[in-house]
Amino acid sequence: MSAAPRPDPYAPRGLWRGLESGAAILLAAMWAAPLVYAVWAAIHPAEFTTRFVLSAPLTLDNFARAWAAAPFARYFLNTFVLVTLILICQLCLGTLAAYALARRPFFGRDVAFALILVQLMVMPDALIVENYRTLAAVNLVDTIPAIALPYVASAFGIFLLRQAFKQVPRELDEAARVEGAGPLQILLKVYVPLARPTYIAYGLVSVSYHWNNFLWPLIVTNSVEARPLTVGLAVFSSTDQGVDWAVICAATLMTSGPLLVAFLLFQRQFVQSFMRAGLK
Amino acid sequence: MRPRATATIHGWLLLAPAMACLAVFTHWPAVASFWHSFHSTPKGKRPARFVGVENYQQMIGDPIFWKAMVNNLWFALGTIPLSVGLALAMAVWVNDRIVGRTAVRMAYFTPTILPMIAVANIWMFFFTPQYGLFEQIAGVFGLSAGNWLGSRDLALPAIMIVTIWKEAGFFMIFYLAALQALSPSLAEAAALEGASRWTFFRRIQLPLLAPTTLFVLINAMINAFRMIDHIFVMTRGGPDNATTLLLYYIYQVGFSFWDTAYAATLTCVLLALLALAAFVQYGWLERRTHYQ
Repeated sequence: MSAAPRPDPYAPRGLWRGLESGAAILLAAMWAAPLVYAVWAAIHPAEFTTRFVLSAPLTLDNFARAWAAAPFARYFLNTFVLVTLILICQLCLGTLAAYALARRPFFGRDVAFALILVQLMVMPDALIVENYRTLAAVNLVDTIPAIALPYVASAFGIFLLRQAFKQVPRELDEAARVEGAGPLQILLKVYVPLARPTYIAYGLVSVSYHWNNFLWPLIVTNSVEARPLTVGLAVFSSTDQGVDWAVICAATLMTSGPLLVAFLLFQRQFVQSFMRAGLK
Repeated sequence: MRPRATATIHGWLLLAPAMACLAVFTHWPAVASFWHSFHSTPKGKRPARFVGVENYQQMIGDPIFWKAMVNNLWFALGTIPLSVGLALAMAVWVNDRIVGRTAVRMAYFTPTILPMIAVANIWMFFFTPQYGLFEQIAGVFGLSAGNWLGSRDLALPAIMIVTIWKEAGFFMIFYLAALQALSPSLAEAAALEGASRWTFFRRIQLPLLAPTTLFVLINAMINAFRMIDHIFVMTRGGPDNATTLLLYYIYQVGFSFWDTAYAATLTCVLLALLALAAFVQYGWLERRTHYQ
């Protein structure tokens, strides 16, 4: 991306480099162990779950049994609908709000921003009791929108997009205005395209967060029709399987599979997105 | 006057959808928790009635509440320094040109994108007595790993290990981003002055990373109250409430015992703790944090 990196005078050399690499790799091995083990258990017959011999036969039987034992296809569909719904709503609401906060000076803007930032501290997880009460009152419990609703306005997303919009040169905004573009047109034609990296970064963070979210979906769903993968997996591994670790590992890998494969393919993109989301 | 009024109307119209959702699902429930904590739980035909501070009195006399608070304190004290410290070490390593950097970075980061509920299953197996993985490894040396998840003293540390494993790589990303944003001329200048690597790290890199540390600390603090998914799989708060954290207790009271008024009371405590954390971090630490 940039020119050749300048030599770092503090880059470790010789023995020190070996020691540092060794420590880092040891830690990496510990960090990778659960996943590596899950793969081992999932692709070998149950009798090799705790016997690590290279001659163990490979099998996909565990995946087939997990798939047959619970309505995973439905869970996948639910999760897919859920993360898509949340992402679309978050991006629409966030774009409008961030635009107002970044580039439209108006009465009460700072108060509004402060009220939005409250959500960074008081996350929806802390408000499960009252949010359940609200959704029960409007008869939405056990639906996919019920899982999504507390998250559709995201303070984090609004904050990120506001930062991105603030970096758009004002000259572009003014030029578009001179050309006769209205506020919404300016937003869609100037701001949104220029904030693309932020949209991608936030999208990846949001999708992986809601793919993995568990507590609120657990509370607000109680049927196969609404349950996302995480809750489905929890139900599956606590009741149906007893102690068949090979099948549980297969189900575990299956539920994290799409995200994991996407991560392995677009590792750079993922890491950079999370970095971008973390930088103020 | 007119253009200002128009700007205000436009501004609030743009904000309206997001604000409405936040009002219904963040602001209102926070206020409602407070309101309901002074009322009784409606049962059958008996509606909720005002009971004053009765719920709070019940809470002060509730040993499980205190157990959850103490557990949460230990959980925070155990997970925050370790995960933040490890994250910093990981970031420094991955930022240096060590052997196998890409693979190492991937290993550190992978837990972040795996569902906690799913990896809890795997960790559960690691900790299983008799034939779990730790037991097998200990068995090679003729030892016994013991029953961590069934032990009153070791269940919480086991939960903490999983939490640290899950968080450290996530926090590493923020440190890595900050490290890569530092100008290379800083290192060149320090080397010219003959500063050792340790001095460079302690006196230059670490102070410049202070805003990141603040950000990561806030996140770690919030996570200490929020990360409870693995408890559902690994211990369900047991044994004998040894792993009951505040949010897990709120879940139990609210959705297993259906005592919504008492759950609202506990929620108020959680909100007060989060507010206190926000106050401490933004008010006190922010002033002591060095910005460029």
